[in-house]
Amino acid sequence: MAFTIASAPHGHSQQTTTTMMRMVLLALLPGVAVQVHFFGYGVIIQLLLATLTALLTESLVLLLRQRPIGPALRDSSAILTAALLAVALPPLAPWWLVVLGTAFAIIVAKQLYGGLGQNPFNPAMVAYVLLLVSFPSQMTSWMPPQGVSQQQPDLAHAAALILHGSTGDGINLMQIRQSVDGTTSATPLDTMKTQLGLGKAVQQVQQEPQFTALGQWGSGGIGWMWVNLAFLAGGLFLIGLGTIAWHIPTAFLLSLTACSAIAWHLDPLHFISPTLQLLSGATMLGAFFIATDPVTAATTPRGRLLFGALIGGLVFLIRHWGGYPDGVAFAVLLANICTPLLDSMTRPAVYGTRSNSKGG
Amino acid sequence: MTLSRVIDKIWSGKLWDFHGGIHPEEHKLESSEVPLVEAAIPPLLVLPLKQHIGSSAEVIVKPGDRVLTGQPLTRPESRMQVPIHAPTSGIISSIEPHTVAHPSGLSELCIHLQPDGLDEWRERFPLPDYQSLTPLELVGRIHEAGIAGLGGAGFPTDVKLATGREKVEILIINGAECEPYISCDDRLMREEAQRIAEGIEVVRHILKPRLVLIAIEDNKPQAIAAMQAVVDGEQVQVRVIPTKYPSGAARQLIEVLTGRQVPSGKRSLTLGIIMLNVGTVFAVRQAVIDDEPLIRRVVTLTGDRFGKPGNAWVRLGTSVRWLLGQFQLNPEPRQRIIMGGPMMGFTLPHADVPIVKISNCLMAPSEVELPPPGEEMNCIRCGQCADACPVSLLPQQLYWYSKAGEHDKAQEYRLDDCIECGACAWVCPSSIPLVQYYREEKAELRRLEEEAQQAERAKQRFEAKKQRLEADRLSRENRHQQASQARREQMTQQAGGSDPIAAALARVKARQAELAASATTPGIPNLGSEAIQAARAARKQQALQRQQGSATQPPAVTPVLTAASPAQDNSAQTSTDPKTAAIAAAVARAKARKAEQQAASDAPVTPSEAAATQPAISTATEAPAPETTELDPKKAAIAAAVARAKARKAEQQAAATQPAETPAPVAPESETAALDPKKAAIAAAVARAKARKAEQVAAQQAEQSASAPADPTPSSSTESH
Repeated sequence: MAFTIASAPHGHSQQTTTTMMRMVLLALLPGVAVQVHFFGYGVIIQLLLATLTALLTESLVLLLRQRPIGPALRDSSAILTAALLAVALPPLAPWWLVVLGTAFAIIVAKQLYGGLGQNPFNPAMVAYVLLLVSFPSQMTSWMPPQGVSQQQPDLAHAAALILHGSTGDGINLMQIRQSVDGTTSATPLDTMKTQLGLGKAVQQVQQEPQFTALGQWGSGGIGWMWVNLAFLAGGLFLIGLGTIAWHIPTAFLLSLTACSAIAWHLDPLHFISPTLQLLSGATMLGAFFIATDPVTAATTPRGRLLFGALIGGLVFLIRHWGGYPDGVAFAVLLANICTPLLDSMTRPAVYGTRSNSKGG
Repeated sequence: MTLSRVIDKIWSGKLWDFHGGIHPEEHKLESSEVPLVEAAIPPLLVLPLKQHIGSSAEVIVKPGDRVLTGQPLTRPESRMQVPIHAPTSGIISSIEPHTVAHPSGLSELCIHLQPDGLDEWRERFPLPDYQSLTPLELVGRIHEAGIAGLGGAGFPTDVKLATGREKVEILIINGAECEPYISCDDRLMREEAQRIAEGIEVVRHILKPRLVLIAIEDNKPQAIAAMQAVVDGEQVQVRVIPTKYPSGAARQLIEVLTGRQVPSGKRSLTLGIIMLNVGTVFAVRQAVIDDEPLIRRVVTLTGDRFGKPGNAWVRLGTSVRWLLGQFQLNPEPRQRIIMGGPMMGFTLPHADVPIVKISNCLMAPSEVELPPPGEEMNCIRCGQCADACPVSLLPQQLYWYSKAGEHDKAQEYRLDDCIECGACAWVCPSSIPLVQYYREEKAELRRLEEEAQQAERAKQRFEAKKQRLEADRLSRENRHQQASQARREQMTQQAGGSDPIAAALARVKARQAELAASATTPGIPNLGSEAIQAARAARKQQALQRQQGSATQPPAVTPVLTAASPAQDNSAQTSTDPKTAAIAAAVARAKARKAEQQAASDAPVTPSEAAATQPAISTATEAPAPETTELDPKKAAIAAAVARAKARKAEQQAAATQPAETPAPVAPESETAALDPKKAAIAAAVARAKARKAEQVAAQQAEQSASAPADPTPSSSTESH
């Protein structure tokens, strides 16, 4: 009888690309849940729109490229890209924003480079930057979190706002964004940037309602702190599973902490505290979910450390001296450029090439 | 860190770690909990001549011979040859190629032994007091027993011991058995700990190491206990190492036990370390103390499809098919039979393959326990392969470069250091068969290396040849120069002090002038202007035909030209091709014959005309001939033959007209011809010239100097060639 021929190894670990992608999606859930809590159902609608767009555009391009569609859709990588973009967008942003962004991420940033594994830049961040540069006003139209805003739209209202720009009752996004004191809200980092730009000190800015309304937990920006903590929890879960390596998030957060701590120590009036840095904006999402995208990150252990540290430093620089309130997307893309260099610079010493005199 | 300090640390109980590694499901219990059994003797044993790294030894039995158990079947003639022995008594049925245990299912020469069931031993010489022998004698005994590493590599054990003698500080006994499923070493340690310990003593007697470490993974507590019970724990220690694949790989185990890395491309002996598998040590003990050569080994039979998994003593040469039957294989539709473990083993194309010295395991997994590989997807650069690699390679980069055929890059990233353990492919989430890519790339690199070596050898050969030819040419030219110098001096003396070359050149000029005059001036007496015009027409026609590439020569329209043309064609063509030279020679002979007939019977003017034109042309065209013709002795021979024939004819002709003149120039011919066989061409030219002279003389006689030649010394003209 003839036997089946196969090449060694004949066993395989349980982990596959698909399980990795799904684990990351699963790990996003706490963060998404907290976002929904603070910013309403708009988050879910954005997620649905992005996922739908991603699947459609991915299928379309694969059809044009005459590649099998089924396996590519099943690996869930397109859904992950869509999800990462969706959670980064303002929850009540108009529908075309997320559709345009997702389509651009999938078609241009991913498939035009050859599909999964071939793209040099993080697709979600490419799309995010495209939208940020092209539609700055829509992209910064964050609503105030629950407890600060006058009213939270329910699911129907959120859908109407996203799809039509206003609810059936005639309430538009501007009204939703009014905070309790009647000022238009922005994210804490945005507020901070604007106010510091007006010559105020950090401590003065932190007297603003969105920093104070929820007591001490509001010191880092209400809601945002919780969102960040939830993403941190998801990220630790991924590290525990071994889906992502610890190097990049650790180096990212350490580098950001170190930079902001030094600056804050030297000039506390004009630099925000490391705590606020770590727990506001897209810090945790970026550290655990975006910078760790395996395709676009460095792969050697030392390369990963440098890669993460580079992003942390760039985030600090962009947040303070850049033109935008947050800098994670730009920092990740800039670090993506350095990936091949980092990889070739940080090749580990192969067994038998290190000097034994240092060993032991 | 010196080895002494390493040993101090080892004494303190320190263990090190190697980079990467994986923790696949162990699956040892299926086979390790059943006591060792003796597999019966099968109806046929197939013994490949080569079961180790090295070359096969010379066969010393022939079909029909009856052999006894333990009797050698081959005789080694060098150190890397390892003998094989009859695993049982029986009749040699044939010696022919048979499929052997190799992934490609290739065939090699095997001795086929038909057991007689008696299992009758040859006379044995047990040696309980092996200490009475010197280490070298013991190594010889191990060599004769045909022992090669039983761990998997199959390196001749005696060679390892002989090279390690007096250099070894640490002897490592490898009982790690890190590969999942396999439990043959585990079982052997549990059941034969005492004999393994005796084997260690034998090896210690040979190597005299400072320390012996028995490395066992912590998933084999019973083997650890068994071994600890039989060693002193001082000079021979059991080291319990964490279970991690591939800790049993030689280099990784050395790092775990000593913290030192074997330098890339070197053997562990450079660190003063030698490693032997527990099975090998057991075989050494059996060979030295019991005089039992390596004729059997423990084989693990495991996997869900075996009805009776376990470990068995199997005679070498036993067919896998027979074993599968003995241990109740219950095959599934797409059954895989793996020789070796799940990480590094290879699938067998069919079951008619013999068990050899390095076969440690036969696996018959079900598709559930070892699912077939998933569909290969794009690499997502996750880097888990690099995290798993025990050699700290970058498997992902190696994959890109191997796939893209970037051989330089693959080597730069040290593909050669890959031990093909399979850890990278095991963790790869995209199910990329990485090791397969590396094997292919390694094979390609080997091929390129061989090609480069061949090209280098060819280049060296070519350059050596060029140098040789150049040296030949120089020495030849030198010889020629000396010879011609000598001749010239001789001739100058004969000619009464005038330089013969200068004289010859003067003659040529005179002839040319004369020819021009005779061609342009119709008023010259006795010279038929019709003949000259015909000659010119013939020349034109000839040129035309040569342009058209026609090989055939025009018929000898005019004797004037045809007599001149053979010499021209001959010298030009012989230098190019022997065939064309032969044709030309034939044509020339025919022409010469015609010309001579013409000369003898026809117009009396023509011989003198021929004599007038020939020297002029021949001095010009034939001068380089010796050089070119000498390159090829065949050509030279042909030319010489042609020349001799011509000369003979011309002389006959001349003799017919004027016999009195001929004898004089013959003497120098024999002189020059005797100098060098290769100088036949020179001789030929000389002969031709002589013939010409003879003709000339004949013509002079017949014509009574219608146009007197300006050459007063014809003999010097001929010898200037």
